[in-house]
Parts: sequence; structure tokens; C-alpha cells
Amino acid sequence: MNNDSIEIRWHGRGGQGAITAAKIVAKAMFASGYSGVAMVPTFGTERRGAPVFTSLKVSREKIYDLSPTTRPDIVVILDHLLLEEADVTQGLKKGGLIVINTPRAVKNYRFNGSRVAVANVTELSVKAGLPQGMVNSGIIGVFAKASGIIELSALTQAIEEEFVRRKPRENALAARLCYDGTILGGRR
Amino acid sequence: MQIIETGNVAAALGVKLARAQVIAAYPITPQTPLTEKLSEFIESGEMQAEYVPVESEHSALAVCIAASSAGARSFTATSANGLLYMHEQIHWAAGARLPLVMCVVNRGVGAPWTIWNDHQDSISQRDTGWIQIYANDHQQIIDSVIKAFALAEEVMIPVMVCYDGYILSHTHMPFDVPEERLVDEFLPPYLPPYSLDPADPANLNTVTMPDVRPDVRGDTAPGYMEIRYLLHKDMLEAIPAFERVEERFRSVFGRGSNPYIEPYRCEDADYIAVALGSLSYHLRDVVDTLRNEGVRAGVMSVHLYRPFPDELIARALSGCSGVVVFEKALSYGYQGALCSDIKSALYRHTGEPGGRPFVVNYILGLGGREITTPDLLDAMRSSCSPDGGSGDETRWIGLRFS
Repeated sequence: MNNDSIEIRWHGRGGQGAITAAKIVAKAMFASGYSGVAMVPTFGTERRGAPVFTSLKVSREKIYDLSPTTRPDIVVILDHLLLEEADVTQGLKKGGLIVINTPRAVKNYRFNGSRVAVANVTELSVKAGLPQGMVNSGIIGVFAKASGIIELSALTQAIEEEFVRRKPRENALAARLCYDGTILGGRR
Repeated sequence: MQIIETGNVAAALGVKLARAQVIAAYPITPQTPLTEKLSEFIESGEMQAEYVPVESEHSALAVCIAASSAGARSFTATSANGLLYMHEQIHWAAGARLPLVMCVVNRGVGAPWTIWNDHQDSISQRDTGWIQIYANDHQQIIDSVIKAFALAEEVMIPVMVCYDGYILSHTHMPFDVPEERLVDEFLPPYLPPYSLDPADPANLNTVTMPDVRPDVRGDTAPGYMEIRYLLHKDMLEAIPAFERVEERFRSVFGRGSNPYIEPYRCEDADYIAVALGSLSYHLRDVVDTLRNEGVRAGVMSVHLYRPFPDELIARALSGCSGVVVFEKALSYGYQGALCSDIKSALYRHTGEPGGRPFVVNYILGLGGREITTPDLLDAMRSSCSPDGGSGDETRWIGLRFS
């Protein structure tokens, strides 16, 4: 039984790269000594733009339960408008963390006792040299800063490996800019 | 080398390492990324093989049958309705005694259409004369694919390696990729005992008379029934053969386990859950919770489903009070196929009726219906008591009407 596991649910839109982001974090966590890692996408019949999510479970031990996360420790939201479309914070553990890509200030977000971290990932990623709308490397930087469970350098290395033929330096820079641009709020 | 990838990529890497020479497949969800990966390997020159694109699953297996008859190590993969479209050729491959390997990426069967996971597709092919192996995780997928070629070529019977659609096929998890050099040592090139040769033409699998009769050389040739008896006999002999394959695998790669079943906390268990595939691993967390509550529960994966290692399974279950069989498939109008098989094994190999454990059957997860840990816990709690086996009707988890 994995009592020490950390469960992270990633919400994005079809085509936005939430699964790739979760995969990058999975690889970096595994390289950092978490031998139990499972990134379990939930598939519907979604199209580009429709809400999608994936579950990432990490532990020091092997993961045996591959069912979707129902009690996440952390929820990562790649598009703040998803908050109005789907119950993306469903089941979040008490005192859990919500990571949001949003242009709005952190004071606009209040979730009953949860910690909140925001950054304007869309804008910062363009600043890093990525095309408009590519946010999945940037959101990893916000996740790293807010969660503190893994070194940013381990993540940027995994980002450069993932995007080896697709602007690796710009993607890693986006994660660094978003790490620095993260604003923490909610209950601390 | 440890990598994090999907179950489909694990299967593709296994096929590549096994140096399959001919691959013919037709894409179907959730199998598609597996065959896409293989076509990428071949296109890039990483893998020396012939990829034959076809217009249907029936043709995919027909190509593999032809290639295998000509002596090539051949592979295909499919899911659900694609598997059923192959059905006639599936029987043919077994009857022709061709050592093919096929991955079945388990998915529910239409109608109505579903793309999500259950086991009805491969379970419905149980009686075709193929060996069936079920994998629980990515390590077992890649290892089973490699072992499957060794087993198929030893007993000249085709092998299905089955793994859960999406739950394993699309989940990223770590696994070890065996070294190429070691795989070559474990699995030398396929040397067919007989193959088609244009210089020496022959008819294969022609109309075979009900009775035996002399062949062209005047020797008594087996009739249809003798040929089928030999398939059955050799299927049963595949059980010890699989142990030998596992033994060799262990000596080359330094890892291995019981090739037939995978018991977890079963030694002193009063109640044992039984399942195929990833569900049996999910049940490990349920067993741990029950143990914390003082219930002596265990779970057993069935890894080799056909041939059915009945004696071994009966022995593993004979000491407990109750067996709880969880299945993602059923024989409509009766019960789950695995449940029937387990009852039959217990009947054959355990003593007096009063000394046998009760057997209850849960059907769940059909067409991808979510299987939750609390639901599994509820089912186990209501079954893990002396009268937990009362009533013989099939129980369903997660049904919602109105």
C-alpha cells in the first residue's frame, strides 16, 4: 500500500500538452529517486480544445493502482478558463495545492483552505521564445516553485530531453521564467 | 536500461529486440501506437523487418500465416473487433501450428461501440488453440513478448500476449529494457522445422479426411482428429515448456518469477482474490487495506490462461476458505470464463466438496467502467466471511440503473 505517494492531476485542453507535461515531470521524478511513477491519462472521445486530464502518481515504491486519481494532492491547470467548465479541483486533499496558468492576480482565487500558485504562463512562454499557446513547459516551472518537491534543474533537463528537436532551450527558459514569476496565495 | 514509456512502446521494443522479421497489422485503438512504433523502427532502419500494410485484420493475420509458413518470425497486434475480424485466421494459425506472436491490447467489443478496456475480446478467443498470456505491467509486457517467441517456437503453437487497453497501453511507467546482446543469447534466430520452399513445392493443410490414410510416400498420415488431438496434447505440454523458457530467461537476465500465477500475501490467506492483468495489481492495495483491518486476504494473478495450469492453481487456492474471482468478461448466460475454469480446477484437484473453498464471481469494468478502490474493498469485505460465498449468482460491481 502506497501511503507515501503523491498524486498530481493535470487539467488541460486537447492538444495543449498536459500529458507531455505530466510525462516530463514523471521522468524527472523517476530520475530523482522516486522508483514508483505512473502517468495515467484518462481518455474520452475528446477533440482538440476539449477539457482533458491525466493522473500522475509518484512514490518511493512501485505503484500498483493505475486507476485515475480521485484524491489529488496537487491539481495543475493549464488554462484558467477550465475552472468555469469542469470541476477540476474535485477531490483535492485538504491543504492541497492548485497551480494555475492565468493572467489574473492570485487574490482572485479562493479555494477553501487550499494553497494556490499562479503565473501568466501564456505570456512568459512567448517571452521565452515559444509560439503563442505553448504552455506545457512553462507550467512545470510554476509546479516546481509551488510544490517544492523536485529541483527545477532536474525538470529543465527533462524538458530539454523531451523537446530535443523542438526548441529545447526556449522550453527550458519558459520553465525558468515561470518558476521566477510564480505568485503564491491561498492558505499558506 | 530503465526507461519511462507506455505499455505499447514496451511491447514494440520487445518485438524489435526479438528481431521479428515480418510485421503485418491494421491500426485499431488502443493498439495503434504499438504498430506505429514498429513501423517507425523499420522506416528508420533501427529494425530489420518487412512491414506489410494491409487493408484489414483478417489480411494482417493471413500475411503473418504466409510469412511464418515460409519460415519468418512474424508478429501482429490488434484489439477488440479487429481481433474478432481475424477469428477465422486465428483458428487457422493454431491448426497450422505456426509460432506467431500477437499482442492483444484488450478492449471491449461492440455493439454498442466502445473503445475502452475489458477482456471480452481475448477471452472470446480462448478456445482457438492459441496460448494466452496476460501481463500486469510494462515489465511483464516487454518480457512476455520476448518469452512468447521462445515458447511459440519451442511448442509450435501461436501465442497471444494480452494487456489492458489504456490502463497499460497508454500509461507511462518505468521498466527495464533488456540488453540486445542478452536477448540474442536467449532467443536465437528462428529455424523452422519445415518451411515453404519454391524448389520443393508442397500443399499445406489441404482437405483432410475423417479417417487416417496413406500419404504420397505410403506412410499412414494422421487424420483431422489426430492432428487436433496433437494440438491439445502439445498445448498441455506447453505448461512445462513455459517453465523451461522462464528458467532460461532467468539464467540470462537474472530476473523471473512464477510463469503461471503471481500470488501476493496468499501463504496464510483465508480469502484469495483472483484476476487477470492490471486489475490483479490494483487488488494488491485492497489486500493491504484488508490486512490492516485484520482480514487475512491475498490476491493471485493468473498469468498463463491457456493452456490452463489447473493443478497448480487448485493447489494455490486449496488452503483458503473463499475464492473471489474478479472478471472483465463473461460467458453470457452463465458466468465469467475464469470463474468456471477455477471451479473446474478445484473440483478436479481438491478433496471432498466440504473441503473446497467457496467461489464467488464479480463482473466489473466492462467497456471501461471505472474500477475504484472503494468498490473493490466493498466487494472483498462482503465476500471475506464464512458465509461470503452464499448464492451462486454472478455479482456486478458499479451497475447504475435509473
